[in-house]
Amino acid sequence: MVAAGRRRLAIAALAAVAVALFLASLGIGPVRLPPLVVVEALLGRGPETSRIIVAEIRLPRALLALLIGATLGLSGAAMQGLLRNPLAAPSLFGAPQAAAFGAVATLSLGIADALSYALPVAAIAGAFLSVFLLLAVAGRNAGLVLLILAGLAVSSLAGAATALAMNLAPNPFAALEIAFWLLGSLEDRSMRHVLMALPFMAAGVAILWSRRRAFRALTLGEEGAQSLGIDVAALRLLVVLGVALGVGGAVAVSGSIGFIGLVAPHLCRPLVGYDPARLLLPSALAGSCLLLAADIAVRIIPSTSDIKVGVLTALIGVPFFLLLIVRERRRLALGTLA
Amino acid sequence: MSGGLAIAGLVVSLGGRDVLRGVDVRCPAGTVTAIVGPNGAGKSTLLRAIVGLLPSTGSIALDGDALAPLDRRARARRIAYLPQGHEVHWPLPARDIVALGRLPHGAADPDRLSPEDAARVEAAMTETEILHLADRPVSALSGGERARVALARVFAAGAPVLLADEPIAALDPRHQLDVAAALRRRAEAGAVVALVTHDLGLAARFADRVLVLRDGRVAAAGPPEEALAPGVLSEVFDIAAYRAVHEGRPVLVPWA
Repeated sequence: MVAAGRRRLAIAALAAVAVALFLASLGIGPVRLPPLVVVEALLGRGPETSRIIVAEIRLPRALLALLIGATLGLSGAAMQGLLRNPLAAPSLFGAPQAAAFGAVATLSLGIADALSYALPVAAIAGAFLSVFLLLAVAGRNAGLVLLILAGLAVSSLAGAATALAMNLAPNPFAALEIAFWLLGSLEDRSMRHVLMALPFMAAGVAILWSRRRAFRALTLGEEGAQSLGIDVAALRLLVVLGVALGVGGAVAVSGSIGFIGLVAPHLCRPLVGYDPARLLLPSALAGSCLLLAADIAVRIIPSTSDIKVGVLTALIGVPFFLLLIVRERRRLALGTLA
Repeated sequence: MSGGLAIAGLVVSLGGRDVLRGVDVRCPAGTVTAIVGPNGAGKSTLLRAIVGLLPSTGSIALDGDALAPLDRRARARRIAYLPQGHEVHWPLPARDIVALGRLPHGAADPDRLSPEDAARVEAAMTETEILHLADRPVSALSGGERARVALARVFAAGAPVLLADEPIAALDPRHQLDVAAALRRRAEAGAVVALVTHDLGLAARFADRVLVLRDGRVAAAGPPEEALAPGVLSEVFDIAAYRAVHEGRPVLVPWA
């Protein structure tokens, strides 16, 4: 029970860091506001200019970073729980790319504008199709190599399809507007964006959270879990649906932001004694922290034009992924990481 | 003997091939049944079909009630299954793995077990002598220790039927005897115990009944002396055996 105390402490610490980063995100920008002013402005007090800056300009962006980071972190942990593999993550399997294609296709075909609910729905459909296709192609007990190869194929296909949709876009300006889905960003978002993504991400998170105990049973393998009364086929479908709702909802407003779902669970795993069920909550918190921090970093790093947050997460995430592969190399080579 | 597991006309097809072709077997409560046979005879398939992991036709009944209409969880409360190889994908502490045995009874959180669940977990770990390993991650345990953790997990379930697929493979002689004796005690406490094994000597010594499978059919069944008679051994396994009796139990050593 000592472990339980340590776990609660780690979760509290992660939550505290998330809150601190959230406040920092509200304070940082062309006009720097100290934390006290930010809190005052959130409570509706203080000078009007700071209230407008915090509530109307920066709050949507910080909220999106918080919510999207949490969704991506939890989706990654769920995916790793389902596949019993620390290297599994939606972004490696082409889910965000496919979701981006769904969003871009609706835009370029002129079906909807950028603030329509058709956008998240199309993004979710794209993500669902990609993850479903991936698991169908790779098979029930696919090893990691097979999954990554299939994921590579799916993301390449989604990338090519997105490029085609851009070529077919009605005018160059639309193509430019579409391009931002390929590089995730949280700039200039409004509460409208938050409200657009929130219901879908909340539904996805709720589905994945409700199945957390099944992930622990899956520690004994699919047949072991099944013999304990878990319907593994239904679980797979629910996880695919939950990940698609979460990732699709997020991509529809932020574009594709990768690697949070890979990095966050990995950082948290030792804190929870490697338990895949207990991993979900801290992974969500760590995901929030990572995305908030990345989104603050793109505003602080000096540059002539804004760096996209999706570029930054990939720049950090890919070397991290390579490092993970090096560490897991022995087990991968032995084939025990099925 | 109305109690126990009764299987009739069990057929399992995998990929268009009949792996089991009409198996009839009774495993009375309070007995150990050893399932033996050459590789590919359908031994593991039989266990997996009883657990409900494979679609099958025919009937499987426990104490006279068919298992087919039960939902997954109800079936899991009646049958505890120890798969081959004891795979564990995450290095959880041993106690949490054992607590998974209580999942069909609603024990979802190993940190908040009901007093009954906690007592069952504790008793199972005591019986398999792994209490001192409770907080160790399973990845840090030896093969023998891991096998005992896996065994404790199925014991903790407290199910009336206990099925184990090669529970003693890859164990040293001391642990083989301990595991076999632990399974025997479970049967004496009233459970139906069935295990798949390649060890004919152990089957002869510890089992009340032996089921010999060949090509998906029952080649012989009955007490060890009958089911493992010289004729069966030469016909099914193409071997002879040295036979003796020690402390009232048959001794059988495959020989040539």
